[in-house]
Amino acid sequence: MKKPKLVVVGNGMAGIRTVEELLTLAPDLYEITVFGAEPHPNYNRILLSPVLAGEQEFKDIVLNPLSWYAENGIRLHLGKSVARIDRHRRTVVANDGTEEPYDRLLLATGSMPFILPVPGKDLKGVISYRDIYDTETMIATAKAKKHAVVIGGGLLGLEAANGLKIRGMDVTVVHLGEWLLDKQLDVTAGQLLQTSLEERGLSFLLQKQTAELVGNDAGEVTAVRFKDGDEVAADLVVMAVGIRPNTALAESAGLHCNRGIVVSDALQTFDPRIYAVGECVSHRGVAYGLVAPLFEQAKVCANHLAQLGIGQYKGSVLSTKLKVTGIDLFSAGDFMGGEGTEDIVLSDPAGGVYKKLVIKDDQLVGACLYGDTADGAWYFKLLREGRKIADLRDHIMFGESAIGDAGVQGQSRAGAMQDSDEVCGCNGVCKGTIVKAIKEKGLFTVDDVKKHTKAASSCGSCTGLVEQILMNTLGSSFQETPKTKAVCGCTDHNHGEVRKAIREHHLTSHKAVYDFLEWRTPNGCATCRPAVNYYLISTWPKEAVDDPQSRFVNERVHANIQKDGTFSVIPQMKGGVTNSSELRRIADVADKYHVPMVKVTGGQRIDLLGVKKEDLVSVWKDLGMQSGHAYGKSIRTVKTCVGSEFCRFGTQNSTQMGIDLETMLANMWSPHKVKLAVSGCPRNCAESGIKDVGVIAVDSGWELYVGGNGGIKTEVAQFLCKVKTGDEVKEYTGAFLQLYREEAYYLDRTVHYIARVGLDYIKQKVVDDAANRKALYERLLYSLEGLPDPWAARIAGVQKNEYIPIRLVTAGEPA
Amino acid sequence: MNAPLNTEQWLRVCTVEDIPRLGSRVVERDAGNIAVFRTASDSVFALLDRCPHKAGPLSQGIVHGETVTCPLHSWNIDLTSGEARAPDVGCARRYPVRVENGEVFLALASP
Ligand SMILES: Cc1cc2nc3c(=O)[nH]c(=O)nc-3n(C[C@H](O)[C@H](O)[C@H](O)COP(=O)(O)OP(=O)(O)OC[C@H]3O[C@@H](n4cnc5c(N)ncnc54)[C@H](O)[C@@H]3O)c2cc1C
Ligand code: SF4
Ligand code: FES
Repeated sequence: MKKPKLVVVGNGMAGIRTVEELLTLAPDLYEITVFGAEPHPNYNRILLSPVLAGEQEFKDIVLNPLSWYAENGIRLHLGKSVARIDRHRRTVVANDGTEEPYDRLLLATGSMPFILPVPGKDLKGVISYRDIYDTETMIATAKAKKHAVVIGGGLLGLEAANGLKIRGMDVTVVHLGEWLLDKQLDVTAGQLLQTSLEERGLSFLLQKQTAELVGNDAGEVTAVRFKDGDEVAADLVVMAVGIRPNTALAESAGLHCNRGIVVSDALQTFDPRIYAVGECVSHRGVAYGLVAPLFEQAKVCANHLAQLGIGQYKGSVLSTKLKVTGIDLFSAGDFMGGEGTEDIVLSDPAGGVYKKLVIKDDQLVGACLYGDTADGAWYFKLLREGRKIADLRDHIMFGESAIGDAGVQGQSRAGAMQDSDEVCGCNGVCKGTIVKAIKEKGLFTVDDVKKHTKAASSCGSCTGLVEQILMNTLGSSFQETPKTKAVCGCTDHNHGEVRKAIREHHLTSHKAVYDFLEWRTPNGCATCRPAVNYYLISTWPKEAVDDPQSRFVNERVHANIQKDGTFSVIPQMKGGVTNSSELRRIADVADKYHVPMVKVTGGQRIDLLGVKKEDLVSVWKDLGMQSGHAYGKSIRTVKTCVGSEFCRFGTQNSTQMGIDLETMLANMWSPHKVKLAVSGCPRNCAESGIKDVGVIAVDSGWELYVGGNGGIKTEVAQFLCKVKTGDEVKEYTGAFLQLYREEAYYLDRTVHYIARVGLDYIKQKVVDDAANRKALYERLLYSLEGLPDPWAARIAGVQKNEYIPIRLVTAGEPA
Repeated sequence: MNAPLNTEQWLRVCTVEDIPRLGSRVVERDAGNIAVFRTASDSVFALLDRCPHKAGPLSQGIVHGETVTCPLHSWNIDLTSGEARAPDVGCARRYPVRVENGEVFLALASP
């Protein structure tokens, strides 16, 4: 069958983002053609301002080079503007006559700058600010001419003015409103902004209405004249007074438009074959002019183009930032306030700081920050979540830090903390303790602080905060922790170097590693030995000898040590499925060994807590079940939902898929624990979104997500790809996990590993390169093949002494 | 090793080979278990199996050099003295050990 044809009109940010999203969901569904009126591949329009300001060059802001189109088999018509859509014959025709048929059409024509309808608007030297052509014109003019007038004191106008000033022109900004950025800021913040831009040498004319642009005989602009008769000289006039959705093409094709091409929540126009995204669209009566909502639209639209049909776009709340280096402002939501709202305001004009929060019905509905925008993201989050803020109200103005809602990075929170405030929740260490240790013991690094105070030595989520405290306490003598830290005090080599040496020099024993890399200690320490052990066995499976003495007690004993020195035993229950005979044996074991607590775990299995070490082997024997590896840096569980076998929503047999995965991955060691989940439909009852690998069944196959984490910091898994069959689920999952096993550093979860190498890299290795995927998958199967179940091995006598204490029976021993 | 005081007596507990290298064995005793450690160079040390921090079982820790790292919160305990290594402060009781012909003897106090 021939592929259906998708034609995209508009080679800009929204259109191409939709194509990208579509390619990840359904790479081979369409034959894709793109028309672009500009003679360039898709570039980042947002970054035109840094280009104008000389901070970046055009080549830096290209998003999709021509090679990208070629690699994805996309036919690209550059410099061709589509003039006509023939909806009956389902073709589009470009201004040069090029004609392309379509089965689906995507309109992403963006918007047109609004040009004031004043005399002289067509003079030479009068431009708008929309694309790279305009930007280059401004850069060229700045070299030759002196006087620039920017009409419009909005985001675009100010960015243009700032750039032209940096390029050496005298710049006057003309603005109709009472203050600058009157759509983004309230009057106080607007005035603060004006002051600081004036300090940079910009001039402003507010509440001025342009009447006419004056030109010379050569048709070049020379001045701007206002309604009140005033005039300013101008060699260049930049009109930045707003944009209008570019709907001409759609309208001429008879599509319903109303200040934008009208679309449904599925981004579909009134013609079901035609979709539209981006600034050209009117969704629920709103046309957006910022990329964040457009990217949300792109995601939903791609989902429908891929025929998945589950996405819905419901509109977006917006936030704004001005991209003028050195000026921080942020606004979101309804920052003006009005009927029924209350304001909380902090104003320090001398210090250049102004913050206003607008509250309605006990919810934050707007924020406007100037000078200190560090908490913008936090306010934006509260605003979007619509969280009740009664409990925060007293402190909300002072930001997230004042709430003690410690996130992962310390940012500037540390300075604001009291000495009695807790920094490390795991180890109960207060700021005062850390500061004292730094001063008295002369500590310089996070590692020092870890050693001396235990702060940041457990979950590590307060590391950022500790760094901040170091920085605040030591000032300039603070040395940032290098990105690639030594493994531990035994060596100067970092994890990457150790892995590399083991691989490249075929090192297969601890001794070989310590000798070759000149470890300072004869046999490492409790930090490096487990890491080296993992690197050895993962790099040289079946060759390197796994050293139990280099493993943390849980992995050596194959049970989880508890604070009283007893252990917990969790037998394997693949996919969370058990049966009456297993349950009976578990019950019998609990009775026989007086197990104090029997608990269902979060991973859908049963935990026997409080087992004595010397009973472990007989407990395993009586259970007659395999190890659940609930104690190791290893595969843990594959959580499943009931799926299509029983659930009325289920689209695939998720339970069996989970069992198959758990069977495949049995006994797998990894840099850190690995958890999987399989859900039978997008309702996602197995919580696949927070697993290292999450699988979600859809009608047409399985979606794979990677890098989720439900632990210390919740991380949502990212979409990797969609596959059709269960065998593919196994192959892609296996390949991804093998890549992680081969490349991640010890104690990095998948999320950390992905953060280091980037999701694109993972996709390249696992999704795009089929041969590499197969090779990874085979290496995984090879290293797992023949690994014994550790419990069975110990029942058979392996490491017997580990479990048998020596009893003193001599008469002389006192009671 | 020093001769035990006359209130102590030497008890044979096991052979050196019974203890894994860079590992330990537990000697059970009503008066508190004793952890017997063996280093890479086959020296043997004995400590009360109770970490000075929060009573963690030192016998379950990782042995490196002449140190054991407690499995519960990673204090490092010096095997030769029982002292916690800086910055932690505390001491696990140490028992004299004698190795003769591959047999391990512990000196335990008599009542
Ligand atoms: C200087 C500047 C700074 C900005 N800064 C920010 C910012 O900081 N933050 C932010 O969120 N947003 C910013 N924006 C807005 C952002 O760039 C736009 O929202 C976004 O680019 C719109 O994407 P789009 O795909 O809808 O339109 P565009 O990116 O404009 O793409 C539309 C494309 O379609 C082409 N086209 C139109 N009609 C046809 C036709 N008939 N045939 C063929 N091709 C056609 C156009 O030539 C254009 O290339 C800025 C914009 C500018 C100009
Ligand atoms: S995820 Fe879907 S299939 Fe699975 S139990 Fe929930 S609703 Fe049913
Ligand atoms: S009990 Fe040993 S370190 Fe805490």
